[in-house]
Amino acid sequence: MDDLYREVIIEHYKNPAYRGHLDPHDYSFEDSNPLCGDHIEITLQISADGAVSDARFDGHGCAISQASADLLIESIIGKPLEDVRHLTKQDVLDLLGIELGPVRLKCALLSLKVLKAGVYGLGEASDSLVE
Amino acid sequence: MSLDIEHIRQDFPILKRELRPGVKLVYLDSTATAQKPASVIEAMDSFYRLSNANIHRGVHTLAEESTALYEQAREKIARFINAASPRQVIYTRNTTESLNLVAYTWARANLKPGDLVILTEMEHHSNLVPWHMLAAERGIRLEFIPVAENGLLDLDAYKKLLELGPKLVSFTHMSNVLGTINPAKEIIALAHAAGAVTMLDGAQSVPHFAVDVKALDVDFMAFSAHKMLGPTGIGALYGKTALLEAMPPFLGGGDMIKEVKLRSFRANDLPYKFEAGTPAIAEAVGFGAAVDYLNSVGMDNVAAHEHEITEYALERLEEIPGVKLFGPEAKFKGGVAAFTLDCAHPHDVAQILDGDGVAVRAGHHCAQPLHEKFGIPATSRASFYLYSTKEEVDRLVDGIYKVKKIFS
Repeated sequence: MDDLYREVIIEHYKNPAYRGHLDPHDYSFEDSNPLCGDHIEITLQISADGAVSDARFDGHGCAISQASADLLIESIIGKPLEDVRHLTKQDVLDLLGIELGPVRLKCALLSLKVLKAGVYGLGEASDSLVE
Repeated sequence: MSLDIEHIRQDFPILKRELRPGVKLVYLDSTATAQKPASVIEAMDSFYRLSNANIHRGVHTLAEESTALYEQAREKIARFINAASPRQVIYTRNTTESLNLVAYTWARANLKPGDLVILTEMEHHSNLVPWHMLAAERGIRLEFIPVAENGLLDLDAYKKLLELGPKLVSFTHMSNVLGTINPAKEIIALAHAAGAVTMLDGAQSVPHFAVDVKALDVDFMAFSAHKMLGPTGIGALYGKTALLEAMPPFLGGGDMIKEVKLRSFRANDLPYKFEAGTPAIAEAVGFGAAVDYLNSVGMDNVAAHEHEITEYALERLEEIPGVKLFGPEAKFKGGVAAFTLDCAHPHDVAQILDGDGVAVRAGHHCAQPLHEKFGIPATSRASFYLYSTKEEVDRLVDGIYKVKKIFS
């Protein structure tokens, strides 16, 4: 359990580097985790060559959901949008460096769900996006 | 008389569990579901080992035994809430289904577009969503008795709402978040004076203190077995006979009929009219055993013990800097302590507590509008029952200090 609250997670939760909102932006999407009320909004700016030139997240929630959002945003800046579309659950877990049970997995994957629903232009962030 | 808690705890096998080596379970989530005494587990086990058969049909010995056990449990439940007759106790899956049963049958037969249903702002989703669905389908109107900052219902506002001529007042006896015990008798009497039918969500009250449907004069009451030491998968709806008789049936199928023709049917008598299909028979037996257990302890003793634990818990939690408690003061409250901690999200609080074996719930507890009212996305909630101890409250408090350390 104590593993879950590794220094890196607490640090990203308390001092996120990428919290904010980009205006103007090319993509924006938000959604909530109905279980715990976690909420994530993500805004992206895309460069002419189709890469993520900048990104931010905003919202509220538990340490796992907010830290994973910060780590995820950090990891996608500079990446081609095509790569972002293909991010998986494992990519997020690798960023966090922890193992999670089914309940907390939802917290960790909320930001990826929101991000992928946004880049795919979907109306709703569904679980199938991160499976 | 105070309870012999050590003796009671011996009756609950799960309370002996170590979650991990050296980490004993501290179960503070009884509001979600209660743990089960050995007598309930054994009654269900014995039913399957000795008596299992379908009810109300066969004439063989097992069918007769099963039927008798199923109906004896109904009688026990009826006596437990002081219903005049066991025919007024309908088995359902749970409180949610009981509330939905009334929304589907009584309400669809009696409410027309524009009719008013009064609920409260502290309802569980199970007493909100069926009415949202009916509002969308039928155009009924909904009004809500407001919850004041102190966690109590605003009865003056309620009296004003009654002037609008509601057809139904449906409300929780005890909030599963704030712990508020609502003055049900007064609310019901006022509703009746205004000509409204009343329904009580007894999910949190029936398990924790003596509830007398005759004294309350309530028209319908919903409750679940699993929150009162019984199994999941079974609950009950109590109703006044005249109302139940006049209602159309709920689900159609076997057991709920007197006679079926190719193109028509005649509904069965109460309570079977509302019990289509093979019901949860073993669960009914377990439900009856749970009632026996609670009777053997005495509901007044259960309530007194929980009150003592709750007072202690509120006192200890209030001492912790950064903890904010929700709900009224202890004298208006059942065994629930919902709180937030300034430095950590409720989900993280629950997770870290779990590391020390302390089981609490985090989230909006199926009462999202209530959380919105208080301007918070979620709370952590510790809840207590007849087996809870002050030592367990101390473990909770120690755990919260640990959360503060990790997040400070």
